[in-house]
Amino acid sequence: MTAHVPAAALAPQATDGAPTTLVLAVEEMHCGACLRSVERAALRVAGVDSARASLAAKRVTVTYDPSKAGEVDVIAALDRIGFTAAPIETAKQDRGDARQKYLLRRVAVAGFAAMNIMLLSIAVWSGEGGDMDPALAGLFRWLSALIALPTVAYAGQPFFVSAFAALKGRRLNMDVPISLAILLATGMSLYQTMLGNEQVYFDAAVTLLFFLLVGRYLDESLRVRVRGEAQNLLSLQSGVATVINTDGTQRKVAAHALRPGDRLLVAAGERVAADGVVWAGKGEVDQSLITGETAPATVSAGKQVYAGTLNLTQGLQIDVTAADSATLLAEIGRLMMAAEQGKARYRRLADRAAQIYAPAVHILGLATFLGWLVAGAGWQTALTYAIAVLIITCPCALALAVPAVQIAAASRLFRRGIMVKAPDGLERIAEIDMVVFDKTGTLTLGKPQLIEDAEVSDAVLAAAAALATASRHPYARALVAVAEQRLGAVAPVPCVEETPGEGLARTTPQGEERLGSAAWCGVEGEASDGGEVWYRHGDGQPVRFRFADAMRSDTAETVATLKRRGFDVALLSGDRTAAVERAAREAGIETWGAELKPADKIAWLEARAKEGRKVLMAGDGLNDAPALATAHASISPATAADLSQRAADFVFQGAKLAPVGEAIATGKRAHAMAIQNFGVAGLYNIICVPLAMAGFVTPLIAAIVMSSSSILVTLNAARLAGRGRS
Amino acid sequence: MTALAWLIPAALVLGALGLGAFLWALRSGQFDDMEGAAYRALEDDPPDEEIT
Repeated sequence: MTAHVPAAALAPQATDGAPTTLVLAVEEMHCGACLRSVERAALRVAGVDSARASLAAKRVTVTYDPSKAGEVDVIAALDRIGFTAAPIETAKQDRGDARQKYLLRRVAVAGFAAMNIMLLSIAVWSGEGGDMDPALAGLFRWLSALIALPTVAYAGQPFFVSAFAALKGRRLNMDVPISLAILLATGMSLYQTMLGNEQVYFDAAVTLLFFLLVGRYLDESLRVRVRGEAQNLLSLQSGVATVINTDGTQRKVAAHALRPGDRLLVAAGERVAADGVVWAGKGEVDQSLITGETAPATVSAGKQVYAGTLNLTQGLQIDVTAADSATLLAEIGRLMMAAEQGKARYRRLADRAAQIYAPAVHILGLATFLGWLVAGAGWQTALTYAIAVLIITCPCALALAVPAVQIAAASRLFRRGIMVKAPDGLERIAEIDMVVFDKTGTLTLGKPQLIEDAEVSDAVLAAAAALATASRHPYARALVAVAEQRLGAVAPVPCVEETPGEGLARTTPQGEERLGSAAWCGVEGEASDGGEVWYRHGDGQPVRFRFADAMRSDTAETVATLKRRGFDVALLSGDRTAAVERAAREAGIETWGAELKPADKIAWLEARAKEGRKVLMAGDGLNDAPALATAHASISPATAADLSQRAADFVFQGAKLAPVGEAIATGKRAHAMAIQNFGVAGLYNIICVPLAMAGFVTPLIAAIVMSSSSILVTLNAARLAGRGRS
Repeated sequence: MTALAWLIPAALVLGALGLGAFLWALRSGQFDDMEGAAYRALEDDPPDEEIT
């Protein structure tokens, strides 16, 4: 990504000499040896004080003296030993560690308290009705209270805060019944301890808290990992840009540090780092990430270019403009905002369950209280039994039912290179019944490939490929690749001249050889759909080479699998009709639309939504971003445009399309398992609630059944995670 | 029974010590890179060198 940077060309970022901290994403770091090489290489850069790599985060934190070194020195040093590194924007460096540690501290405290209270409780239970001195049992209960009260106050905070926020917004979420159960169990146990009774549930309350916190922590740590990984990939994509100073010298800066007004030098083969206007130079750029169009566009001075486009043939100088002056981006931003506002807030499964569960439980508790009063029991006994009902129905298993499954499913997908970005993404992808693909970059790899190559003779192919070796144009590259495959080696020829946007030419004793557009080779009257290159030698017959975007190797297979599983599959593209039709045929998709603008894609998706269809949108281009935000669920490849990856619920890595199917299958399985878990939790309640209402539940029984149902639910979810790490 | 008078406080204090040690380790960043730490243990170089 970055070439060697001469030290003289570097401008230090600041001159005050205070150490500066830099965080770099280094995705290729996989083992202990890599870790050491990265740290050593960074430390060898003059001015670097410390370097600490993290294998879990795939990042290295470097502190350096800004008067002696710049961030680009470190990047260049890592590049020399074969690691691609990219700086992470300061605003995004926080991986959510703070929240993770906040939860982990509470897990530790709850764990400590649960163990010690259990220790005391077991002694009380085993001595119950036997030879244990009631005064000693009372002392043990007081000790339990002493440990439990501060623990509940401290470790229960995440639930109390969330429940309070929900109630304030006049909503119910799972944390409301959880908080209520914990508070009631603790308060009631304290009251019973004061009275010297046996109905003391400190152990159950604190163990419940511990289990739930472990669940929350695992969920959070996985989310932090996914978020960090997604940021790493995005940072690596934008990388480093070369800025031309006003005095003509060059310096390298991180892409995120570019400002409007900077003048960029974009070499052939580099991605344009920021939106801008071409100031000097003429060349071709691959805009497939922005428009979905495979054929490169020719740009010259004054033309708009977008971040993420690939400069193909000639070096360009670009003036960086502010994002809001770019009409396409502004349009896409507006569409995305509209899409997000129009989309109803998805109600998560657990919250929907809480909506039904919480009132039901509270009515049962009230019924128990009134029932025992009517039956002639004292109000204290009636209240004791009613609270026992609330404790036994405490939604431990229910609260774990969905998160446990989601953690298992998300970590399974993470190991297979699929990142679950939206917290409710797995629930939404489980509901879809239709999959809509974008063409360029999603069904295809975004690389052209020669088609109908059998019609071209070896001699012509060899001559054309020899010319093509002089160019970096993707069609030229594809031509050389085919020639190398068919003929072995391709010998380059000298004195080839390239005219950007038109073609290549070379003078030979037999006349001029030309390779390029139809006009360049003097071909007239042929209908051109852009995906073609002509070759002509002197006055000879021109030969046509046609190109199409290469499909991902398993596209047809994945589409067939999706259809077999009963999903409708459609293809929506911004590309030309002929190219889309061919891609649809190759992939085996009957429903397709071509030359669609972002707004057209949204309209199409909204029409499906009105029909009651739930659509999974798979796309990568900037033009897909609004559609990704509109669809019920969305997935992007890791090569997608920045904005699209942010809009997507899932991001997958690799050159295959199979992860789309994998994500859907895992989402569906996770949904089925969450329902199973609700079943387990429900069954437990059906058995235990009548017992509690009848007043048969002792603290021992409560502790046993509550823990066992939680463990059962967790074990069921663990089946989804599968075994081993890849 | 008098044994309990010191056994229970002793158990609680030991537990609290463990908890304190864990919280300290968490605060000092020892759980930041669970994967890298496994490899660092196998390094022959003195650990001072890699941090300086």
